[in-house]
Amino acid sequence: MKKHTIAVLVNDQPGVLQRVSGLFGRRGFNIESITVGTSEEAGLSRMVIVTSGDDRLLEQVTKQLYKLIDVIKVIDLSARPMVGRELALIKVNAEPAARPEILGVVETFRAAVVDIGTNTLMVQVVGDTEKIDAMVELMQPYGIRELSRTGVTAMIRGNAG
Amino acid sequence: MVAQNATLRSKEELMEKMSKPEVITGSEMLLRSLVLEGVDCVFGYPGGAVLFIYDAMHGFSDFHHLLTRHEQGAIHAADGYARASGKVGVCIATSGPGATNLVTGIATAYMDSVPLVVITGNVATNFIGTDAFQEADITGITMPITKHSYLVRSVEDLPRIIHEAFHIAGTGRKGPVLIDIPKDVSSHKALFKPVNEVSIRGYNPTVTAKKPQVDKMLKAIEEAERPVILAGGGVVYSGGHEELFEFVTKAGIPITTTLLGLGAFPSGHDLWVGMPGMHGTYTANKAIQGADLLINIGARFDDRVTMKLDGFAPKAKIVHIDIDPAEIGKNVPTAIPIVGDIKTVLQQANKAVKFAAKADVWRAQVAEWKQEKPLSYVDSNVELKPQWVIEMIHETTKGEAIVTTDVGQHQMWAAQYYRFNQPRSWITSGGLGTMGFGFPSAIGAQMAHPDRLVVSINGDGGMQMCAQELAVCAINNIPVKVAIINNQVLGMVRQWQEIIHNNRFSHIDLAGSPDFVKLSEAYGVKAFRAANKEEARDAWIAAMNHPGPAVVEFVVRRDENVYPMVTAGSTIDEMLMGDAE
Repeated sequence: MKKHTIAVLVNDQPGVLQRVSGLFGRRGFNIESITVGTSEEAGLSRMVIVTSGDDRLLEQVTKQLYKLIDVIKVIDLSARPMVGRELALIKVNAEPAARPEILGVVETFRAAVVDIGTNTLMVQVVGDTEKIDAMVELMQPYGIRELSRTGVTAMIRGNAG
Repeated sequence: MVAQNATLRSKEELMEKMSKPEVITGSEMLLRSLVLEGVDCVFGYPGGAVLFIYDAMHGFSDFHHLLTRHEQGAIHAADGYARASGKVGVCIATSGPGATNLVTGIATAYMDSVPLVVITGNVATNFIGTDAFQEADITGITMPITKHSYLVRSVEDLPRIIHEAFHIAGTGRKGPVLIDIPKDVSSHKALFKPVNEVSIRGYNPTVTAKKPQVDKMLKAIEEAERPVILAGGGVVYSGGHEELFEFVTKAGIPITTTLLGLGAFPSGHDLWVGMPGMHGTYTANKAIQGADLLINIGARFDDRVTMKLDGFAPKAKIVHIDIDPAEIGKNVPTAIPIVGDIKTVLQQANKAVKFAAKADVWRAQVAEWKQEKPLSYVDSNVELKPQWVIEMIHETTKGEAIVTTDVGQHQMWAAQYYRFNQPRSWITSGGLGTMGFGFPSAIGAQMAHPDRLVVSINGDGGMQMCAQELAVCAINNIPVKVAIINNQVLGMVRQWQEIIHNNRFSHIDLAGSPDFVKLSEAYGVKAFRAANKEEARDAWIAAMNHPGPAVVEFVVRRDENVYPMVTAGSTIDEMLMGDAE
């Protein structure tokens, strides 16, 4: 099972997210993460979807997506050199005694503390999925109170697209 | 037939009247747009959310509106109209229950790639999302079963959306498009200007195939020793039956046509080997399994054709021609994919296709199978056999009727024993297998072809799912001839329970069905009953000679099975041949 990251350029119409995500569910394709936002062109949104399966599945996913009238373009990002990033906010238990240790991890990961409570810290970390996973793992021992991840957004490097 | 037919205005007059820019309501825009799209018949059922639309239709005579007795009847009729005419079928229903009653018909059309524009009303835009009276999220409900859908948010968008909907429904791989119109959109006024152009950025179906791919197929034909063509509904939908005939006869390749492909190639031709798959012919199934080259033209490798996928056409190099790229490689790995419109691709191929010269032995083998094991059944002079009834209908209609069927045993017998020589003469629910489809679809087919003989073959089960539409035939004098093959049981379920569930017959007895003759007469439709061959022929001929609609109930043997049959998990050459083996 290979992981694929695909970008889908769609008309910014009501219901388009439902059409795309519904297609995945209906056809038995798995969505590991999906992010949606505006694109470089007014009226078009860009979805970035991470899915896993063999090449035949990717081909079928792509073809089925193209059948949707609101889909303009489907790009297999992971076929080329790609930058993939997600963001996570982690609210972790942080009694004053534990804070220096946590701050050490945050610095090493080039993450940031974005909120401080009486006995918590909120850490913001940006990076590829593996980096976020690692950060979450390191925060586990302190006790994670809340965790929110955005899912992956991605782009092909330089002129490779 | 329908008296209203004569009152329609000439096309030129209409276009002039309808194209005039004017400030009108959304409802009037809808009607004008439908006329400008060439619609001459609409099937529908009014209700609260489409009151303005029906108000605009009061006294409107520029297309026919047929009031069915159920929304399901309306959409199946629109479907039958589309399949028989090749045009886009149109139906209208109100919001909520009206719209949800269309769901089965939309799914039926989607599975069989039938072009429909489905218009539903909805509650006013300020009520949407409030669980208002008769509100349903019909665009959400039908998203998986429509090619595309619109919820119209402003009356100004209506002309563009209607034009786009017809374009999307009727081009590329055809399919149903839904337009949901809130009540205020249908009542508000705006300047109407007809939209004649369409520009949808994400939609541009490939029509012409890549030449190198076509050349690869032609080379494969020259090299093949055991080639077979599998042709499906795509041939009919593209209007490519003449090109198919030229292709098949030039190449000299045996051809099997799927359930939806019946009529795409003349059944009397030496190279035609029947239908493939679960209830396919011995020859078609043996030929596919023995083939070294299988050319799929506009079929989608449905599981009723392939049966056990692992063992399907095990020795064949697969060529697949389809307008929908997503069909290629979906079920069966394809060596030579060809994306394009069937008619266009075959025109491309016909320029250079050569006779498959290495396939002489194979052609002889196929002809031998055809001779040895044709379709057959054990006839009886005591009981009426359903297969005999179909053969009799074929003979008395000279094979020239438009035949619609419901779903079940009678459908398979009709597919096997009525011989089709023309496209769009065979209308049946293939993909979804929708009971209740047969009779209302015949009403639509008759509206499309007022001068042709339309025969609807039904079982006693399916007939009871839309029997109320007899009223539509009676009141509009739509002369459909309905055959009810009555075996007093859900026949195909009975057959599966016999063969697969060891005679454990569970809830299949249709005792308590109405007297179909009395039921028809209650609606004002002429009706006959027949229980032996003589009665059957006489009744059928009397029905055909009757100028209006007529029903013939054929009381047939209860326990008859459809053979050949391939059971689930078997490859298509593992056929049960039945009594006639």
